[in-house]
Amino acid sequence: MDDGLRNELSKQGVVVVKLEELYNWGRKNSVWPLSFGLACCAIEMMAASMARYDLSRFGAEVFRPSPRQADLMIVAGTVTKKMAPQVVRLYNQMPEPKYVIAMGACAISGGPFKQGYNVLKGIDRYIPVDVHIPGCPPRPEALIHAFMTLQRKIDAQKLTGPDRARHLNAELPSEFPVPLFGEHDLVPTKNPNVWEPAVVVR
Amino acid sequence: MTFHDLAYDAGKTDFQRKAEVIGVGREGELLEVAMGPQHPSTHGVFRMDVVLDGETVVKLKPVFGYLHRNHEKIAENTSYLGSMPYTDRLDYFCSLTNNWAYALSVEKLAGLQVPERAEYIRLITAELTRVLNHTCLAGFLLQDMGALGTPLMYAFREREKILDLIESLTGARMMCNYMRFGGCRCDLPAGWLDAAKKVVAEYPRFLDEFETLLSGNEILMARTQGVGKLSAELAINAGITGPMLRASGVDYDLRKVDNYGIYSRYPFRVPLGSHGDVYDRYMIRMLEMRESLKILEPALKDIPEGPVVDPKAKLRGFRPKAGEAYGRIETPKGELGFYLISDGSPNPYRYRVRPPSLINLTILEDMCLGQTVADAIVTLGSVDIVLGEVDR
Repeated sequence: MDDGLRNELSKQGVVVVKLEELYNWGRKNSVWPLSFGLACCAIEMMAASMARYDLSRFGAEVFRPSPRQADLMIVAGTVTKKMAPQVVRLYNQMPEPKYVIAMGACAISGGPFKQGYNVLKGIDRYIPVDVHIPGCPPRPEALIHAFMTLQRKIDAQKLTGPDRARHLNAELPSEFPVPLFGEHDLVPTKNPNVWEPAVVVR
Repeated sequence: MTFHDLAYDAGKTDFQRKAEVIGVGREGELLEVAMGPQHPSTHGVFRMDVVLDGETVVKLKPVFGYLHRNHEKIAENTSYLGSMPYTDRLDYFCSLTNNWAYALSVEKLAGLQVPERAEYIRLITAELTRVLNHTCLAGFLLQDMGALGTPLMYAFREREKILDLIESLTGARMMCNYMRFGGCRCDLPAGWLDAAKKVVAEYPRFLDEFETLLSGNEILMARTQGVGKLSAELAINAGITGPMLRASGVDYDLRKVDNYGIYSRYPFRVPLGSHGDVYDRYMIRMLEMRESLKILEPALKDIPEGPVVDPKAKLRGFRPKAGEAYGRIETPKGELGFYLISDGSPNPYRYRVRPPSLINLTILEDMCLGQTVADAIVTLGSVDIVLGEVDR
């Protein structure tokens, strides 16, 4: 259907949408985050849901304490090696479709604590991350921007075809292996299906 | 032998361990619950292993370390100034007081003087931080009691007003990195004092509103009075500091004891509790906020002109003489101290943080035993922990 006809019909009070558009519109405006704070960024995450920044304008104010009821995991803070297995386990417990925002420098790469012996250098080594927001901590506006980016991403997801969304493709995994404590580091140190180290071209 | 010792005895089953501690025949009634590290009321990644008899807490084992970020080791491998931004991330509600405690210990180590204006700025920012922290704590405490949303919304509304001030002064909302050895990084921006005066003048109205809604509230009193009692003797023996110690009736405030900065110029009272329960801890913080405002009001008027940093202080090539120093201040959570050993190199030889949150948390079991699990949550909320500082 062309846009002209659609506009004409909408003036008559008839809305014509594809099922995909309706489905994505519904999902993107009601993303429930997991109330899961790790460190400093969690305070800014809370501030984003409070009166001044009011994340509920985007349909995401319902922070659920249980991963079983959440759609979005905001990894807000430093992931240590002691905490990483729990983060992956929480992610595995979330039902599909699920999304991840890596909030702040620590969740992206280890941030200022990267040189530490107990800090994971980015949660994207174990779980797929949809949106990264830099900052230490990112301002609530930055979190809202990340959230709007995620909404655009959800809006563009396909229901059918070879490039359909992950939760509709039975061949793609929805759970990822939980790392364990090894002798010196987490085992494995990364999930190669999710993350590969960047290749430096000299 | 306590449950804690037995918990690591690998040769025994859970059933045997419980039987030894609690007595044969009662094991079946007990339930072990691991609260955290992902739990809405543990204020971050903290875990309590609680053993429950029905709803009564029989044993409670705090488990730390989920946010251990190697602060001390990183600081020993970087320059003195290089660890200033890391101190922001200790107690991420109160970065300015953390800065001050660290700057104070380095100043002791290197023998630097702080100009008059910088002392005033330090006092003003520290007291603003105290107000900010206590406001948020009241919101979180109410959240733990089940008042979801509203009190925290009110608290964060006021927090934003103070954060606006801090942001216009330091450039960051939370991670300020503002103090320097021998002063502060930059002077106050134009119009800052007027903006601060306005916030300070309006704050009592918010406190009145908050207290009208809460302090005499029957539900709040029922949930907090007589809950999580801590005797003065135990508090002293366990090294508790800050509002928790004062709620147990011990008159100990480093602002009075050490007289660091320019606190001796401003008269203020130290509120003391008499029961040592959660309600006293809540009330102490409410009263402390009013005392802080009493300090802020004249300090904002008296602040003199002048430089904000000691001209002798060096930013680059800073190498204090070999020696050691311990600097401590009264942060909103208690005594925060930094113990530094210098061997004359640009890095500290040893860098040790005395975190008030961790030490205040160590007596959690004593406060929670024999109470219901819902009371344990409220008690934890009243301790006022920040995991960045507990685990470092």
